[in-house]
Amino acid sequence: MSRAVFFISEAFRALRRSAAPSIAAIVTIVVTTLLLGVLIPVLKASGDKTQDVRDQIGLNVFLYNDAARAEIDKLGAELETLPHVESVDYVSRKEAVEILAGRVEGELSESLNELNSNPLPPSFAIDIDSPTNLGAVTAAITKTGPSGDRQPISPIVDEVRDARQDASKITRVTGAVTVVLAILAVLLLIASLMLVGNTIRLSIYARRREVEVMRLVGATNWFIRWPFIIEGIIVGLAGAVIAVGILWLGKVTVVDPLSDNLNLVDSLSTMGFMPLVIILVSSAMIVSALGSGITLRRFLRV
Amino acid sequence: MALTRSRSNRGRARGHDASTRYESRTGAPAPKPPIVALKDATVVYPGGHVALERVSLEVGRGEFAFVVGPTGCGKSTLIKLLIREVEPASGEVEIAGHDINGMPLSRVPKLRRRIGTVFQDFKLLPNRTVYDNVAYALQVIGASRGEIRTKTPEIIRLVGLQSKIHNYPDQLSGGEQQRVSIARAFVNHPPLLLADEPTGNLDPETSIGIMQLLYRINRTGTTVLVVTHDREMVDKMRRRVIQLEEGRLIRDEVSGGYHDESTREFAARLHRELDVEPSTDVNDILDW
Repeated sequence: MSRAVFFISEAFRALRRSAAPSIAAIVTIVVTTLLLGVLIPVLKASGDKTQDVRDQIGLNVFLYNDAARAEIDKLGAELETLPHVESVDYVSRKEAVEILAGRVEGELSESLNELNSNPLPPSFAIDIDSPTNLGAVTAAITKTGPSGDRQPISPIVDEVRDARQDASKITRVTGAVTVVLAILAVLLLIASLMLVGNTIRLSIYARRREVEVMRLVGATNWFIRWPFIIEGIIVGLAGAVIAVGILWLGKVTVVDPLSDNLNLVDSLSTMGFMPLVIILVSSAMIVSALGSGITLRRFLRV
Repeated sequence: MALTRSRSNRGRARGHDASTRYESRTGAPAPKPPIVALKDATVVYPGGHVALERVSLEVGRGEFAFVVGPTGCGKSTLIKLLIREVEPASGEVEIAGHDINGMPLSRVPKLRRRIGTVFQDFKLLPNRTVYDNVAYALQVIGASRGEIRTKTPEIIRLVGLQSKIHNYPDQLSGGEQQRVSIARAFVNHPPLLLADEPTGNLDPETSIGIMQLLYRINRTGTTVLVVTHDREMVDKMRRRVIQLEEGRLIRDEVSGGYHDESTREFAARLHRELDVEPSTDVNDILDW
């Protein structure tokens, strides 16, 4: 117990006595943590967005307006038995108008009200298990007839449409963004880790004579090492706390107001601020403490 | 805390083993093994320079001995050998009956705690006060806070630095720094004290003060081994002289007219024979 107190007081003494290198180490850790704190949520958000789009991919089977109730029910049951189909929802003409009214705003919705008749056909919305099975399900609904033209499984089917083209475009764009961001993140991380390592090495190198004297007086390696590791933890903690403070300011002043308008930024909320803070603070402390402990090793060889 | 204590118990048990081995070999009632024993020790530095060549010597408990010789004769290597900063290419080095070259690296710190070492360049921790420098040697061995609080000021008073107890090393003169270094080496009351050129950078008057301090430490029963090239001082001290040249032991005079004298007599004689005016304050401070 008294040892722990001694080690901690030794660490604070070292921090006080070599203020400039300590501040340099804290600043590099602030920068690294800031980068991580921005990149992790952005990466995660773009990944989530891609997943979101992929989940939305489904099929719409549009029917003729004059389809009979009995035939619609029969088709619905039939569709549900097809492989890869997860759910089948019937959307009546009335519901279709309501959905459309919910999506459009302003003048367009007014003009929608002005229509005397409903222009929308009834339809089935089909969810399938995976976007890769889109083609198979479409083929199952519109079988190819003997003469080569495509023949729907029921006469009431007007058209089968999927959102494949839109989806693949979005997937491609977000995919590219994710890859670019990931490469950037990795490069920045490597650079800042080397910077942190170098800063720690400098501050220890400046005290190598002191380490030598401790060894000659009979201090064990761990006796010498603990204060350095605790010092690393304190530096890491200080750097991470400052970085988290800056991140929080940025979140409150920039991201939160934007998130009401921008779809992509909205996804930031998928990453809670608290887990992010915990990841950042603990990784900064671990990196800094390990950096000190490992760098010291070369000066501890007898 | 408990861990350290049980470890030192184990160390004591091993010491006992060593002395029984000694007994069976000689067949005589076991005398305590000499504190330092070198058997054909040869040290070769990387690059092929032979620093010590087949040096054999023994230093008994409570002895005061000088190691002399010109620069580069291997004097400092001898000290490094004894605290295992260097290892011999061949031969044996024993401290109190333990072969220190067979010991695992993890036990080296424990060896160094049992040997006080004083260096020519003092090797004080620059960021610590006189008090903290001396206390560090106690913290290293896991001494309790109360022990540190009583022993540290006591030893600093002993070397006459109580008025500078909160100064940093760069605020002290060379002689004062050397006295801090001696205080740090002696605060654990080690059975063996090594001093590498303790007076190398100091003027004659300060040197006598340092020698007086080492003599006083010797009189408490501690073996003192002093490396120096100050021939005049060695001659006047009239103690055992081990002379090295080019890494070889060329002279080992067990006693040059040695006779027991009090520290005060010792200092007075040194002042007289070296023709240095005694400064009263040093004598007063060192009187205990």
